[in-house]
Amino acid sequence: MKIVVCIKQVPDTTDVKIDPVTNTLKRDGVPSIINPDDKAALELALRQKDLNGDSVAVLCMGPAQAEKALREALAMGADEAYLMSDKMFAGSDTLATSTIIAAGLRAIGYDLILTGRQAIDGDTAQVGPQIAELLDLPQVTYCVEITQNGEFYDVKRQIENAKQRLRVSAPFLATVTSAEVTPRYMNVGDIIGQESKKINLLTFKDINVDADCIGLNGSPTKVKSTFVKQVNNERNVVELSADEAAKLIVETLLEKHYV
Amino acid sequence: MADILVVCEQRDGVVARVSLELIGQARVLAETTGEKVVALLLGYKIKSEANRLIGYGADKVIVVDDRNLKVYLTEQYAQAAYSVIDDIKPNIVLFGATSIGRDLAPRLSARLHTGLTADCTKLEADKDGNLFMTRPAFGGNLFATIVCPDFRPQMSTVRAGVFEIADFDENRHGETEERTVDWKPYRFRVEMIEEIKEKREGGDIAETKILVSCGRGTKDKIPQAIELASSIGGLVSCTRAIVDLGLLPNDRQVGQTGKTVRPSVYLALGISGAVQHLAGMEESEFIIAVNKDRAAPIFKVAHLGIVSDAKELIGKLIKEFENRGLVKNERAN
Repeated sequence: MKIVVCIKQVPDTTDVKIDPVTNTLKRDGVPSIINPDDKAALELALRQKDLNGDSVAVLCMGPAQAEKALREALAMGADEAYLMSDKMFAGSDTLATSTIIAAGLRAIGYDLILTGRQAIDGDTAQVGPQIAELLDLPQVTYCVEITQNGEFYDVKRQIENAKQRLRVSAPFLATVTSAEVTPRYMNVGDIIGQESKKINLLTFKDINVDADCIGLNGSPTKVKSTFVKQVNNERNVVELSADEAAKLIVETLLEKHYV
Repeated sequence: MADILVVCEQRDGVVARVSLELIGQARVLAETTGEKVVALLLGYKIKSEANRLIGYGADKVIVVDDRNLKVYLTEQYAQAAYSVIDDIKPNIVLFGATSIGRDLAPRLSARLHTGLTADCTKLEADKDGNLFMTRPAFGGNLFATIVCPDFRPQMSTVRAGVFEIADFDENRHGETEERTVDWKPYRFRVEMIEEIKEKREGGDIAETKILVSCGRGTKDKIPQAIELASSIGGLVSCTRAIVDLGLLPNDRQVGQTGKTVRPSVYLALGISGAVQHLAGMEESEFIIAVNKDRAAPIFKVAHLGIVSDAKELIGKLIKEFENRGLVKNERAN
């Protein structure tokens, strides 16, 4: 069984700063990490490997520096790594990205595809289901646990108000949420082992994809404008003791008929 | 004429609040585009909900009532929605950004080969029917307005609480049309084995008028905050930090990874106001912020900002409400 985990390298958004002039991210000095939900997906794949010897490949679309994320995945125990990188891929929206990744998955082969529910830099949660549709695979989203059960897989998912158990047979695609999955650390043996491993590069010419369906031009959605939220700085801020504050709050709420 | 289609979400036969909010917003868009608002209702034994959707603003309701739609499964719902979208060719399709909407909408966008914009916080249209979809990015640090110029339908998911529900008008007229689907059962490859519903305790913060919200600065005063909230008929909500500390359940979390709320009063006690938190509460009608740090970002969105010790304040507020005879007997928490 070959499990492919699709990962993304993302800026650690808790540290993100926006350049107020250009409205773009200040990437300098912002650490890049494996997207947390993707790391949880890798953990579930590695648990399958531990249990029944499945092979685990990681695939990442991104610029050359995304190799670091793939190296980390190898050091956690993945067997193979693929970097999908080409200037023709740049500017892709979710559907164009899914089109590229689906083509990459077709090229390398898979029995099971795992990925994160969503990436912290976009929070769209779209790429997983779009890949599944493009590959005509069943999907299970918001997954927290995968158990092989004879010829089936039982997949536990956690949604707003319920836990569900779904049954599906491979091949399928699951998107994993990090809420209940703690990824393992890199281990010494694999840290050393990954150094001798090759990162396989997949460019436009290595995959079968229509150039009109990828990149900025092939993306159905376009960014019309970006802006940093305007905040009102002229609002009323007063310094008060707790007693005074309590009185002011109650009086204000009364005056405005909120209580 | 093209339509604005709202894919309604129902659980156990009851249409979700977010779908009613979307119908309300679709009406607003329809004023500009001159289109019709069509609600799509998918499920089993759900026909009775159709009239409600008209009362909340739909011009027409398309119902697919079928045993295959008894529980939500991606492929079954995708086939039903696709068959309707492929036939009526709407200009705009809106979904709630719930676990169902976020599972179904991307699947459909790939099947239809069109654009989808997730978690929009603002939707505007021009008279030619172009949709301008604004959404937060990078944890709310940046906002982007997205368009889908060359493909139709234009699709978007919207979180609960972003738009307001229109007043219900029982005299509103509209048409209801029942449809059947030419199923492809060989594509039904996922089976639901079991579902365990989790009981929610003490109300929904997205639907309450007064929220008393705690952050790191009041983490030691959660029980008092609960007492304060229930004494004035409100609920306690919180930041992610409080949930991470295990002090309140995650259905009380406000913000980017929690809920979007817009209560009448949002009382932020000891909350510094990370962008992720502000994204979930800044549309509240009246925001009162109390924090020791004058530089806290929460003051930028507060209508009344007080530099004071929120920890000490909670007890004083309980007393002040008591002294003025404002304490309600009902215990919402």
